[in-house]
Amino acid sequence: MIRILVAIVAALALLALPAVADNYVLRVVTTMLMYSALAVGWNFIGGFAGYPSFATAAFFGLGAYAGGVLQTKGVPMPAAWLLAGAIVSVFAAALGRAILHLRGHYFAIASLVVAEVLREITNSATDLTGGGMGLNLPVLSADVTTQARLFYYAMLLVAAAALATTAIVAGNRLGFGLRCIQQNEDAAIMLGINTPRYKVAAFTLSAVFPGLCGGIYASWVNYIDPTDVYDVLLSVKPIIMVLLGGVGTVLGAVYGAFLFLLMEELVWRNLLQFHAGLLGIIVVCLVLFLPEGLRGAGWARKLWPWRRQAGEATP
Amino acid sequence: MSAILRLANVSRRFGGLLAVNNVSFALEAGEVVGLIGPNGAGKTTLVNLVTGVHRAGAGEIWYADERIDRLSSDRIARLGIARTFQVVQPFPHMTVLDNVTGGALFAGGVATIRAARDKAMEHLEFTGLAGLAARPAAALTLANRKRLELAKSLATNPRLLLLDEVNAGLNASEIDAALELIRAIAARGITILLIEHVMKVVLKATSRILVLHHGELIADDTPAEVTRDPRVIEAYLGRKFAAQYARVAP
Repeated sequence: MIRILVAIVAALALLALPAVADNYVLRVVTTMLMYSALAVGWNFIGGFAGYPSFATAAFFGLGAYAGGVLQTKGVPMPAAWLLAGAIVSVFAAALGRAILHLRGHYFAIASLVVAEVLREITNSATDLTGGGMGLNLPVLSADVTTQARLFYYAMLLVAAAALATTAIVAGNRLGFGLRCIQQNEDAAIMLGINTPRYKVAAFTLSAVFPGLCGGIYASWVNYIDPTDVYDVLLSVKPIIMVLLGGVGTVLGAVYGAFLFLLMEELVWRNLLQFHAGLLGIIVVCLVLFLPEGLRGAGWARKLWPWRRQAGEATP
Repeated sequence: MSAILRLANVSRRFGGLLAVNNVSFALEAGEVVGLIGPNGAGKTTLVNLVTGVHRAGAGEIWYADERIDRLSSDRIARLGIARTFQVVQPFPHMTVLDNVTGGALFAGGVATIRAARDKAMEHLEFTGLAGLAARPAAALTLANRKRLELAKSLATNPRLLLLDEVNAGLNASEIDAALELIRAIAARGITILLIEHVMKVVLKATSRILVLHHGELIADDTPAEVTRDPRVIEAYLGRKFAAQYARVAP
């Protein structure tokens, strides 16, 4: 009951935010929503299925370039976003078939190099993408505030869709099967779970939301270049966010994203020199002290006893 | 042809080792058959071939009227062949109930998670684990984990069950309880291939025993005949002791 109330209040606050917030706050929260979508997306493959994917940057970058190139060719902006999501999904399904038979570190490395490969391809396909010079997108005619609101609501929609999909998957066969795969893949196969198909489904779900985000991001910032949109941090940060919020849970990724970016915004700006160092320290502390995330710790359970982990059985 | 499982000249090689060599046999529906053999005889490899974990290098494997030696493991599981693992394979952080629910939901063909949980509860009651339904699987004792393996396999609604050393590591009273359970499963009409080191279980539970040695099937007979077969005794004890045993035995 309290859970639902909190969710409703949070949803209303997010919907009403553009009316009260200035453009700076709106920009920060838009970024938070974008990373929420990336983290919630990663959770499908990394949390549910337990496959440590570092391909988020690849999906984001491909989405950004697909959306960007389509817009420069005259495709209307919302259509370009949706097409970017579709293209990235197809790409992820094909890629998943090729690398999801790898397990553990091998899968992590295979997924990590995808962004590098795409970056090089983007760099060399100068005619289409502008190469290392980057790609300029058509400028919108709307004023700054309208644009800020537009991209805010677009990211909010993607994050909400990712979250809704998570809630659906957590309660259906796909989610159940993925949790079995995460716990013991050999046993899962023997129970008749078509593990290649389930893993490809999870991988595709983990790609479509970053793909959409990439497309929207390209329109939002108006100019993209390969180093920016294929940045490895786009793969790493969502993972930290999910670890922070609790792996395999429904809302954990969102808490993690907001908390992480709040830290980044408030603290890291004062520590410019030690930016990356602090990132490393946070990761190490998380793994050492909170392997189940903030909500997995005993004290967190006492603070929020009504929250049930997605992996737990309903009584 | 009423055979539920039929192997015809099945072989499998791992590098220089011929793990399974030209093995042929058939299981009739409803039979409980033992599969014995010294360590490394190829028993587990044989199970892995039937369940599609390894591909047969030669020969054919038939499940009822369907050839299964080129099918994937999950497809074979959905057809109605279940197995337990020699080393138990639970989903450690899921509850005992959800471990079994997985079997009912996927290979078991139950449509919804809720219905699968109900079905799983029946299997937990049958295997005597109902009181532990809400515990995480990792918290179970070895004997109960072996039971959980059985419950999971049964939840897939199999017609053929391959039990790979479900009694290894159990004490005498636990073995008796497990034997009861195996008989109860057989009474449901499920065909069982029992891979076993504990001879007491094999002799008591089965009507026929297959003996593997160095990947070859060296005997396929009733328990009484198999235990008298000089080749079987030789395989287990070595030639010298087998000769001594033959002199002493009546």
